[in-house]
Amino acid sequence: MGLEEKLPNGIVLASVESLVNWTRKASLWPATFGLACCAIEMMTSGAPRYDLGRFGMEVFRPSPRQADLMIVAGRVTNKMAPVLRQIYDQMAEPRWVLAMGVCASSGGMFNNYAVVQGVDHVVPVDMYLPGCPPRPEMLIDAILKLHQKIQEEPLGPVRAELAAERRAQGEKLELLPSSVKYGKTKKSGEVQAEHVW
Amino acid sequence: MSTTDEPRTDPYAASSRETTEGRVYTVTGGDWDEMIDQTAGDERIVINMGPQHPSTHGVLRLVLELSGETVTDARLVIGYLHTGIEKNCEYRTWTQGVTFVTRMDYLAPLFNETAYCLSTERLLGIEVPQRAETIRVLLMEINRIGSHLVALATGGMELGALTGMTNGFREREEVLHLLEFLTGLRMNHAFIRPGGVVQDLPTGHEERIRAFIKVMRERLPGFHKLLTGNRIWRQRLEGVGYLPLDGCLALGVTGPILRSAGLAWDLRQVDPYLGYEHYDFEVPTDTAADSFARYLLRVEEMSESLKIIEQALDRLEPGPVMVEDAKIAWPARLSIGADGMGNSLEHVRKIMGQSMESLIHHFKLVTEGFKVPPGQAYVPIESPRGEMGAHLVSDGGTRPLRVHFRDPSFVNLQAAPAMSEGGMVSDVIAALASLDPVMGGCDR
Repeated sequence: MGLEEKLPNGIVLASVESLVNWTRKASLWPATFGLACCAIEMMTSGAPRYDLGRFGMEVFRPSPRQADLMIVAGRVTNKMAPVLRQIYDQMAEPRWVLAMGVCASSGGMFNNYAVVQGVDHVVPVDMYLPGCPPRPEMLIDAILKLHQKIQEEPLGPVRAELAAERRAQGEKLELLPSSVKYGKTKKSGEVQAEHVW
Repeated sequence: MSTTDEPRTDPYAASSRETTEGRVYTVTGGDWDEMIDQTAGDERIVINMGPQHPSTHGVLRLVLELSGETVTDARLVIGYLHTGIEKNCEYRTWTQGVTFVTRMDYLAPLFNETAYCLSTERLLGIEVPQRAETIRVLLMEINRIGSHLVALATGGMELGALTGMTNGFREREEVLHLLEFLTGLRMNHAFIRPGGVVQDLPTGHEERIRAFIKVMRERLPGFHKLLTGNRIWRQRLEGVGYLPLDGCLALGVTGPILRSAGLAWDLRQVDPYLGYEHYDFEVPTDTAADSFARYLLRVEEMSESLKIIEQALDRLEPGPVMVEDAKIAWPARLSIGADGMGNSLEHVRKIMGQSMESLIHHFKLVTEGFKVPPGQAYVPIESPRGEMGAHLVSDGGTRPLRVHFRDPSFVNLQAAPAMSEGGMVSDVIAALASLDPVMGGCDR
């Protein structure tokens, strides 16, 4: 994704990985990319009651060149798809895409001539968020899960190989809902959150 | 490929061609001194704004022609959110159409539903019960407050007044929480159906709505404190986006923009529907015809809506919320079960265990829908942005032949060039924000 891919083989970046990923997830800047109804809920998430600022994400960048998360909020039409792709291409790597709402995820209820049946036809998607539109709490939950995904991302080809091996053995990244992960009551024996900040 | 006897052309030469908009140069590099000679005296710049631009109020694209900082020509490009909703409605029953139209103008979903249902009901030749009428008015006025708050919030954000945005959205949350309590959803309610509303208001609605009115009465003056007296706000808006009455009328502009030019044209009073003639409220107007006047009108209209909500609460009398006609009304009453909202247990017991005819009736009405007599109807209503109406054409079947919406965002947008040409680039943003177009409604 970045410089780490240029590193020669044989260098294992275990602790650096955690540090780099932590910095990446903790200063994820979304691009202002509102399309339809979901955009209003996305703006609501940034507004006082839900306050994405608690997760360091309230600064929606107007320029895609300063952003590393694209929240596709709303129905993507055939006319908008090339624009969306261009904005994605303008974003600096590493970058992530969150398909917010069913229209962006799969076309939703609009199975017709005008709407792209899922934004994954145009750009790779890291997180799908259902709902029409999803509540701000759901968006925040999706963002927190994306944070966790970013935290677990392998750094460099060696770590990627190790991760692929672990995956082949059936190990899966457990994405807990934030209501469970950060809930006040935790019974003993339940999966404890690994990365609490 | 090339032969030596062909005349050699300079690949970097600047070419120009004549278009209907004037001469267009294609510059690919070359000798700068020659270039200046060619273009001397013509300093027009064409810039593109959007569709992904934080200040264009959604996915609107502007092509601005500038002479220095002055806009000489503004053209709008729309259609980036064309969803084909009208076409989709032709393949769904009349009741299912509500679910689609509510997603058009996503800041005023209940207005879309009401416009669609009023036209459907005119085609059917039915009158909804008194209580359903009042519930519709109640919900629409709550929705109007929410929509105007977003207009202020996003307008403030586009002009750099971020506190206006955060305050607007904080207040709007009150609206959304109330609407969620009343209809079950924050947005895209699909609560208003042909023949009435889908279910009665939940118990405790009156206290919640009265508490909401109290909160809003306290908070609305805050906008005057925050913005009305603010010098920057005034200087950005006063005299900007000027569109006098004759311009408004020539362009078919309605809503707060028309009222800011001095004409008290509000369909709730001019052509009352849903018993609006029984409500006592003012239609605020202004004569300044600029963006600041429109801002003031929106704040005023929110207080007027609160008055209507209060009166609607007083008018709310017990009774049915759906027409009695069993050929049109949804066969089941809804209730909350273990797996969420669904047909009530009594109804399920009846159709599954007692009455075969009820089951057939339920199945036919739910899967096929009711038939609507052939004809066409258009009933306009006053949405937060102006006149909204659904022109429905029926061929007598269970699905519409054509669903067309007259959406105020679409019509009002054509006033944007008239408002912004001759002004500065920054004034284009202020003019657009005062138009408050919702691209979902404009493009549909």
